[in-house]
Amino acid sequence: MRDGYGEAYREEAYELLGALEQSLLELEKAPADKEIIGSVFRAMHTIKGSGAMYGFEQIASFTHDIETVYDLVRSGKTIVTKELVDLTLIACDQIKEMVGAPDGAPSDAVQAKQIVEAFRAFIGNTQRAEEPDKAKDSGDSEKTVAQAEAIAVPDEEKTAIYRIRFRPVSEIFLSGTNPISLLRELSDLGHCKIIAHTEDIPFLPDINPEACYSSWDIILRTNKGINAIRDVFIFVENDCMLTIDLIDRDDFVENDVEYKRLGDILIDRGDITPEQITEAINKQKPLGEILVDAGVIAPDKVESALAEQAVIREARKERQAKDTAGSIRVPADRLDALVNMVGELVTVQSRLSQAVVSLENLEFSQIAEEVERLTAELRDNTMSIRMMPIGSTFSKFNRLVRDLSRELGKEIVLSTDGAETELDKTVIEKLNDPMVHLIRNAIDHGIESPAERAKLGKPRQGNILLSAIHSGAFVLIQIIDDGAGLDKDAIFRKAVERGLIMSDAVLSEKEIFSFLFAPGFSTAKVVTNVSGRGVGMDVVKKNIDALQGSVEMSSKKGEGTTVTLKIPLTLAIIDGLLTRISDTFFVIPLSAIEECIELTREEAEKSHGQNFINIRGEIVPYIHLRDRFGIVGKRPRIEQIAITRHENHRIGLVIDEVIGEHQTVIKKLGRFYRHVEEVSGATILGNGTVALILDLPRLISKTQLEEKNALCERLIN
Amino acid sequence: MTVDDSASVRQMVGFTLKAAGYEVLEAKDGRDALAKLSGGSPLNMVITDLNMPNLDGIGLIRTLRQNSTYKFIPIILLTTESQTEKKMEGKAAGATGWIVKPFKPEQLLAVVKKVLG
Repeated sequence: MRDGYGEAYREEAYELLGALEQSLLELEKAPADKEIIGSVFRAMHTIKGSGAMYGFEQIASFTHDIETVYDLVRSGKTIVTKELVDLTLIACDQIKEMVGAPDGAPSDAVQAKQIVEAFRAFIGNTQRAEEPDKAKDSGDSEKTVAQAEAIAVPDEEKTAIYRIRFRPVSEIFLSGTNPISLLRELSDLGHCKIIAHTEDIPFLPDINPEACYSSWDIILRTNKGINAIRDVFIFVENDCMLTIDLIDRDDFVENDVEYKRLGDILIDRGDITPEQITEAINKQKPLGEILVDAGVIAPDKVESALAEQAVIREARKERQAKDTAGSIRVPADRLDALVNMVGELVTVQSRLSQAVVSLENLEFSQIAEEVERLTAELRDNTMSIRMMPIGSTFSKFNRLVRDLSRELGKEIVLSTDGAETELDKTVIEKLNDPMVHLIRNAIDHGIESPAERAKLGKPRQGNILLSAIHSGAFVLIQIIDDGAGLDKDAIFRKAVERGLIMSDAVLSEKEIFSFLFAPGFSTAKVVTNVSGRGVGMDVVKKNIDALQGSVEMSSKKGEGTTVTLKIPLTLAIIDGLLTRISDTFFVIPLSAIEECIELTREEAEKSHGQNFINIRGEIVPYIHLRDRFGIVGKRPRIEQIAITRHENHRIGLVIDEVIGEHQTVIKKLGRFYRHVEEVSGATILGNGTVALILDLPRLISKTQLEEKNALCERLIN
Repeated sequence: MTVDDSASVRQMVGFTLKAAGYEVLEAKDGRDALAKLSGGSPLNMVITDLNMPNLDGIGLIRTLRQNSTYKFIPIILLTTESQTEKKMEGKAAGATGWIVKPFKPEQLLAVVKKVLG
């Protein structure tokens, strides 16, 4: 802030000091000239005011007393003497010296102090009588400063409910105030019910369009404290009738959920007398209605009181619920054990169901159904225990952003959205590292330095937004920055340079961005402490793949980059589609499947071994899993294709038979099989056999690679 | 629009608001401000100093409030602690609010956000 603009201040100060000297010399000749006195005062005033704003505190405080003296002169409370002019000229030289110093400090602090003392003596000598007045004045100003600060830093207080009655004067619009924006500001403070009183609005012919006829009752539930509410009205204090009453607070020791009854509230507010209520109650209609009918009160008033009642009842109920519910902390490993056991139980249950079918015993099958239902519920509940809001992870990054942006000299604000989105605990833990990488990247190469941003006409402060939203069985996590964006051409050149593609390759934007995930790929010109070594994005991709998720980047040059992580809700149990090839079982994650169709022998032959099928006019490639995995056995005449969606492409998987949906409890593969990339895990079926869970993204990308290589070889030969 | 005879205050206000995405017009005193607005160009708000040569802040507010285009826009007065009576005078002339000098950019933005709703 100070660097670029300190210069502007210095220039102005020199100019002012020059003019000031001139004025002082003239003042010596004409000590009573009001105009000259005014200009001296204004110069001092500006030097002081701007000095403080630009961080030259010492100049500001030095000038303060001089300004005070000239204010006294200006208001005729003291006169200009030769000594005063001499002293001011010395002060001018002093200020000039201080303005020249890099930090605005005087080279000779003692001398500066003497000058200030001399001016103070002036004030003291001439103006003792004015002292009380002065004190009152500065006391008032302190209050205003404090209030202005309170706008920025609201003090944390207990949640309380306030009744605010706001009745602006009818000329309120003429001061440029919009009452609606005040109400909006109030509603930002907390939970708020606003009732407008419109009974004073005259009929159309009598309306003065420039006058305000409405008044408002606001019931506000907030934890910001009463000062925050007063701050909302700080500029209109004298232009309105404003009452703010505390009507309920969280620590009020009233265990009764019920708040006062409507009648009591109205009496409390002085809107009605107890007699009127008793009379009304005798008529045995809803009280509010009776009162309105009886004409003793306007409908808005009743509505306003009812709103107050509702807000407080709600608040108290909530409080009571909070007191009774509570929570217990449980060690994570116990939870993991529970999930494992539920997994086993689900497996056993499916065995039971299968066994019962062959028994054909009605009584047993009823029991088995019951067990099935309970197991499903138990599973859902157990999984929900492990769900945690992602917000805790998000908030950890605040520190990272703060430290890193400071280190790199950038100004960055981190905001989050959807912090309440829930994900499995283990997933959240594994997300941490990739997200740290992505945020570091955004800070280091994404967001530009403040100076650069200013040059580009962007706000100096960069923004990073972390957002999380549910999308089916997945959660989409986005890291959005408004920085420089990705340079498509630079990435392309780098990819060519590294021999990943030919220089004449035609690629989509997405394909180009996907090179960023290649190991050792970095376009950073300088390797900084933070990033640029090219490790990172490939690690991110690996981590996210391990979570069965996917990463995608999109970017507009100069506008920013968005990284989207698509993460499954849980890793323990998924809904799968159980399929069979000969006597091997495979589970395909159900969330990836769009439809299943038949593939007849004739149809397969029509595509001449090209592995394409025409589905309602769309050409969809497929992978023949029997061939892919080298499974022996006879191909059935009619095979099945499960159509999956992978990165916006539809790809079919050919199997012998679709058995049906299956609650898949995911088990890790043994150590010997870890290197099998196409399979992410296994599950145990009801009859005790093992089914392999397909890792679709890897299966597809690996097959694509193999086919490409095969094609190349064929072309070469 | 920011009206101030001190270039550094103008610059600071202008810079802060531009960084926050607002468009800012500058004028060096009340007369300059009125001259620049003589075309009736639309404004969302005015931030004006109190003490200025030619036409001071209060005079400027009074004049703007006479003009139907600027009758209802928020006008913020920049004052110093020694000008409590002036603050009230400004309020009476039709100022929406005030900021006490010296102020920090955050305070300025908080007030702007407040009056613009």
